[in-house]
Amino acid sequence: MANIKSAFFSALLTLFLGVSVMGLQLESAGIKLGVQVADSHTFWYLGLAALLVFGVQLFRDKLPRLRSDPEKRFEWPEVFKGEQRQRMWMALVIILMLMFPFVSSRGWIDIATLVLIYVMLGLGLNIVVGLAGLLDLGYVGFYAVGAYSYALLHQYLGFSFWEALPLAGGMAALFGFLLGFPVLRLRGDYLAIVTLGFGEIIRLMLNNLTELTGGPNGIGGIPKPTFFGLELSRRVDEGWGTLHEFFGFSYSPVHKVIYLYLLAFLLVLLTLYVIRRFIRMPIGRSWEALREDDIACRSLGLSPTWVKLSAFTLGASFAGFAGSFFAARQGFISPNSFAFIESAIILAIVVLGGMGSQLGVILAAIAMILLPELAREFNEYRMLLFGLMMVVMMVWRPQGLLPMKRPQRRLDTTRLASASTGEASNVK
Amino acid sequence: MSNNLLVVRDLSMRFGGLLAVDQMALTVDERQIVSLIGPNGAGKTTVFNCISGFYRPTSGEVIFQGKAMHRLPDYKIARHGMVRTFQNIRLFREMTVLENLLIAQHMQAERNLLKGMFNTSGYRKKEDELADRAAYWLERVGLLEHANRESAYLSYGQQRRLEIARCMVTQPRLLMLDEPAAGLNPRETAELDELIVELKDQQGVAVLLIEHDMKLVMGISDQIVVVNQGAHLASGTPDEIRNNPDVIKAYLGEE
Ligand SMILES: Nc1ncnc2c1ncn2[C@@H]1O[C@H](COP(=O)(O)OP(=O)(O)OP(=O)(O)O)[C@@H](O)[C@H]1O
Ligand SMILES: [Mg+2]
Repeated sequence: MANIKSAFFSALLTLFLGVSVMGLQLESAGIKLGVQVADSHTFWYLGLAALLVFGVQLFRDKLPRLRSDPEKRFEWPEVFKGEQRQRMWMALVIILMLMFPFVSSRGWIDIATLVLIYVMLGLGLNIVVGLAGLLDLGYVGFYAVGAYSYALLHQYLGFSFWEALPLAGGMAALFGFLLGFPVLRLRGDYLAIVTLGFGEIIRLMLNNLTELTGGPNGIGGIPKPTFFGLELSRRVDEGWGTLHEFFGFSYSPVHKVIYLYLLAFLLVLLTLYVIRRFIRMPIGRSWEALREDDIACRSLGLSPTWVKLSAFTLGASFAGFAGSFFAARQGFISPNSFAFIESAIILAIVVLGGMGSQLGVILAAIAMILLPELAREFNEYRMLLFGLMMVVMMVWRPQGLLPMKRPQRRLDTTRLASASTGEASNVK
Repeated sequence: MSNNLLVVRDLSMRFGGLLAVDQMALTVDERQIVSLIGPNGAGKTTVFNCISGFYRPTSGEVIFQGKAMHRLPDYKIARHGMVRTFQNIRLFREMTVLENLLIAQHMQAERNLLKGMFNTSGYRKKEDELADRAAYWLERVGLLEHANRESAYLSYGQQRRLEIARCMVTQPRLLMLDEPAAGLNPRETAELDELIVELKDQQGVAVLLIEHDMKLVMGISDQIVVVNQGAHLASGTPDEIRNNPDVIKAYLGEE
């Protein structure tokens, strides 16, 4: 009964943590802080929880194993197989996504837009972590660079969203490139720690360059994207005028929200396409090769420096695009929007999705952003839920929701005969 | 001596207190098979690592096609046309056999991002060329039917051959093989023997070979270099080496 000891301690730990977090509360009485003991109900629940933990730990060997078989590969049902069918499904999903805002409520569209931003971030970080295998904990820094690029370009030079978007991507890419250099020699944990530091440095810089960035007060009044020069607000004083006047329909604030959603969707589609191409291109192959064996890469003439830098740079550029869109959507940004927890969430999306898998990232982004929104009543336990989700995932499917199925380039056997004889005659 | 492909002089490598390679010298000429033999731990792999740039030698020079290599990083040395295999096989295990060969041709690939992004005809043609060359080499090493399998699932002997094919698609001048026959059965070893000779005769590459299988070494080598405790012990043709009293002593003394 080796389990008894561990079960006992687990229960004790539960009780201890539970009592200190939930059983005792600090309350301000006048100017003093007092410790308030929770009511007896809470303690009953805590006792029950401890008992449950004790029971589970005691019989852990006899409980059915939760873990899914890691060897068993995910197989698509028959209806999703085949290139043509897949294309049709994709078209269907795109149409549904395009229709969604017109049949939905404003709140849902807002949440969907947020999900789309995180999809873009997840896809970008997936290049660095999932494909190239470089653990980057400071990805939010590039998101911040993108957001501030637009905000500052607007504030000081009057750039519009569309003018600033490519520049924001470029700036983030430049930061990715520059920050990539010092970390080239590092790997694993060291890389993670240093990138974590970089993310924080960017945030602290934004916080402290008060003259330029407004410091902790942030930057406000960032304009929304225009529709080919037309604004989606009630009225404007200058420029081309507003969309509703131009097309002669009545103004509704929902239009703006729908437009932002559609824009985010477009950006995500673009990101998906670009990264899908990358994966099939020499650059994508080299990222994966580096993840698998960097010594073999070097022995074949691949410069690990350039492979890593390209992953960092291109990965960062997507964060830059997402960042400038975020700034445009919020209208206000401050360094607080770019805290470490954002990096953690984006990384969680990548890991949860199953490193390297694009569809996995999309599903994970939906899960990660949607669940907390759905569970708004539990808002104070948000982090707890987040932790619980991670633990369950790591126990149930450590390989992620949809582990990457590599798009393998297949050798076309019909061409083979001619290929091999053709080359053979060249040799000699 | 213009047909010296590779010249290694005074090569030494020290790990802390251990002098793993001590003033080694060797030359490989064009279209020559040179074998590096010696007891376990003699420093053969370390010599390879120094030549291919994975270690920075403590002293000495490595001249390849008249150019100094010993200051270059490993990947640049490989680009000069000197590629190697590894004693403990290093494939991209989760990738298919074909993909292993595509990665090896990275330098020949169309790496322009825009061309790849828009899948231009020039880009597709380049990619097809890579696949064709891969197919050609898979055929040569007898792995064509496994082209679309993950390389981790190949048998040991197949993995060794894939590693050689992966070197060959880079179109090297010098192929460096670290114990390619280790773990092969006699039939596979015979095939390997044939393949190496073919590479020399048909492709015109020179081969620097580390091998313990004396039958293989004696059969195909033009020159043999014997290392003992990091130092050059003897070199010469297989016949000279077979009858060299120092070599006999070193090998028998080890037993
Ligand atoms: N990176 C290293 N650090 C320290 N010592 C090393 C290192 N690499 C090799 N050595 C030592 O150098 C010596 C030579 O090793 P090496 O691997 O070159 O021998 P080898 O001739 O290839 O042997 P084998 O036939 O077993 O492959 C050994 O004593 C080994 O322990
Ligand atoms: Mg060795």
